Amino acid sequence: MRKRLLYAAVLIVAVVHQDFWLWDERNLVFGFLPVELLFHSLYTLAVAVLMWLLAKYAWPEDLEEEEDGS
Amino acid sequence: MIQAAFVLLYLAGALYIGIFAFGKSRGDSAEDFFLAGRSIGSFVFVLSLFGTHMTAFSILGASGYAFANGVVTYGLMASSSALIVPITLYFLGTRLWSLGKRHGFMTHVQMFRDRWECGHTGTLIFVVQAALLVPYIIIGVIGGGTTLEVLSGGAVPYWAGGALVAVVVMSYVFFGGMRGTAWVNTFQTVLFLVFGLIAAGVIGEGMGGFAAVMERLAGSPSTAPLLTHERVAPLYYISYMFIPLSAIAFPHIGIFCFTARRAKQFKYTMIFYPLCILAVWVPSVYLGVAANGATDVPEIQRKIEARTELAQAGPDMAPETRQALTVQARGDDVIVLLLNRYAALWLAGILGAGILAAVMASDSQILALSTMFTEDVFAYYGGKKRFGERAQVMIGRAFVIVLTGVAYVIALGVPASIFGLAIQYAFTGYAALAPLLIGALYWRGSTKWGALASTTWVAFAVTGIAVFQHTVAAPAGAPIVVWSFAGLDVLARTAGGTAMLGFLPVVPVTIISTVLLIVVSVLTPKPSQATIERYFPSRRLD
Repeated sequence: MRKRLLYAAVLIVAVVHQDFWLWDERNLVFGFLPVELLFHSLYTLAVAVLMWLLAKYAWPEDLEEEEDGS
Repeated sequence: MIQAAFVLLYLAGALYIGIFAFGKSRGDSAEDFFLAGRSIGSFVFVLSLFGTHMTAFSILGASGYAFANGVVTYGLMASSSALIVPITLYFLGTRLWSLGKRHGFMTHVQMFRDRWECGHTGTLIFVVQAALLVPYIIIGVIGGGTTLEVLSGGAVPYWAGGALVAVVVMSYVFFGGMRGTAWVNTFQTVLFLVFGLIAAGVIGEGMGGFAAVMERLAGSPSTAPLLTHERVAPLYYISYMFIPLSAIAFPHIGIFCFTARRAKQFKYTMIFYPLCILAVWVPSVYLGVAANGATDVPEIQRKIEARTELAQAGPDMAPETRQALTVQARGDDVIVLLLNRYAALWLAGILGAGILAAVMASDSQILALSTMFTEDVFAYYGGKKRFGERAQVMIGRAFVIVLTGVAYVIALGVPASIFGLAIQYAFTGYAALAPLLIGALYWRGSTKWGALASTTWVAFAVTGIAVFQHTVAAPAGAPIVVWSFAGLDVLARTAGGTAMLGFLPVVPVTIISTVLLIVVSVLTPKPSQATIERYFPSRRLD
């Protein structure tokens, strides 16, 4: 169940990448950072967290067996 | 000269690390030379895999693309890779590693041959993979030549810079094999992770603060779109989600998966890969955009003028003039130009070495092609049995010399930009070969005939795109529609390449490759039950 939820999260994150709502947004955050670049920087951090969750809660069991030499 | 001295120091450091410090072989076996004895630990695996994947295109090509198209470059190429590459490592890389450990595989083709009980189909896959990898290797040589030429202010000509980089790379790959190459890549990754951030700070300060630069760009109608998606069409943007599929199908990445000592190395890589992307690409893209505000750098101003002239030109502009303006407008060297202008000489030298580190990624591709040649051709067709494993390693080393020489000669005569060359051929082809890996590793019903159909299609499609773009000249402005059907623009020649139904070619080529694999596999005989059981033991189906 946990694995399926994480796989669904991967799909959602892939869809969120198409940030059409920011298409022509010209605002600068903190006066120097285009909002588009800020969004995708935060997106990248979110991906790293998702990968950590996958590695912790959805790691293929047979790979652990492989490491044990079986 | 100070900059050149730092760069030479860096090259000497890479040579030392690759050959003497960590490159020493611990045996004469092919597995030791080509895969570092499957013993790479976490630190080197994470950083080397990232450095292997990042090439001249990520630093120079991306900043050049951002210079012309804006911050959308990060979403197009970086954050898409940050998601797709770790996911492919999770689903495919770990499986490749596991099979390699169990069955001794060293290349994709060895696994395909075993999985689908095929010989010549494997050879065809090798040929297509090799043909697609050569342009990628050339990128490294072109990047080396360009970087050294700009860093030295023209004192080191392009041909000499390219030659120097090629000889250094060839030397540590020749002597150090995978172990030396992996350690040099780790060293390079550390350099460009650290120096990218320093470069951004130094250049920002030199330009009078990024806030002022960005305010200027936002305030001008001609540059404001650089802060948005506006210069990229939605379908084009979506297309870029397909490009990172190429990573795991690239021989140098796939082969590198076999080098991990333990599976947990993939866990760390999945987590740190996006973070490395963030650290390298944000400064690179940001500086590329900010370069548009560098009003006191004459070389950059000439690029902007050439770009404006191109945008205003009608269809009557002479092809020679258009070509000259296109070359003039290219932004692949804007970061180096900014460094030359705003950083102190000694700092520009150190940072330039960091940029060169990112450019010199062709080492792992050269080693991968050598591994493929010796394993998939020499060993498979009896050479290893006849001449022994020592001869196999010697042939691998000789192949490294020949390949580097050929890549250098081609690099001298290739006019295409770093970025275009990579995207149009290698990335499209490898992304479209990814379904083979998915089919082999996750679908019991896949067959060698399906793989043959898919591979043949990829070869045909990539060749077709190359011929099309050579035959139909790039338009200065709006795309030239070559084929429309039922009101849809099916095939068009764009300023940057080709569009199919509005998408980059990678989308239809990958989809058709997948459909062919499925349809032909369904219609053709499967491998033996014993083979299928080895790959899909019953317990994994629970």
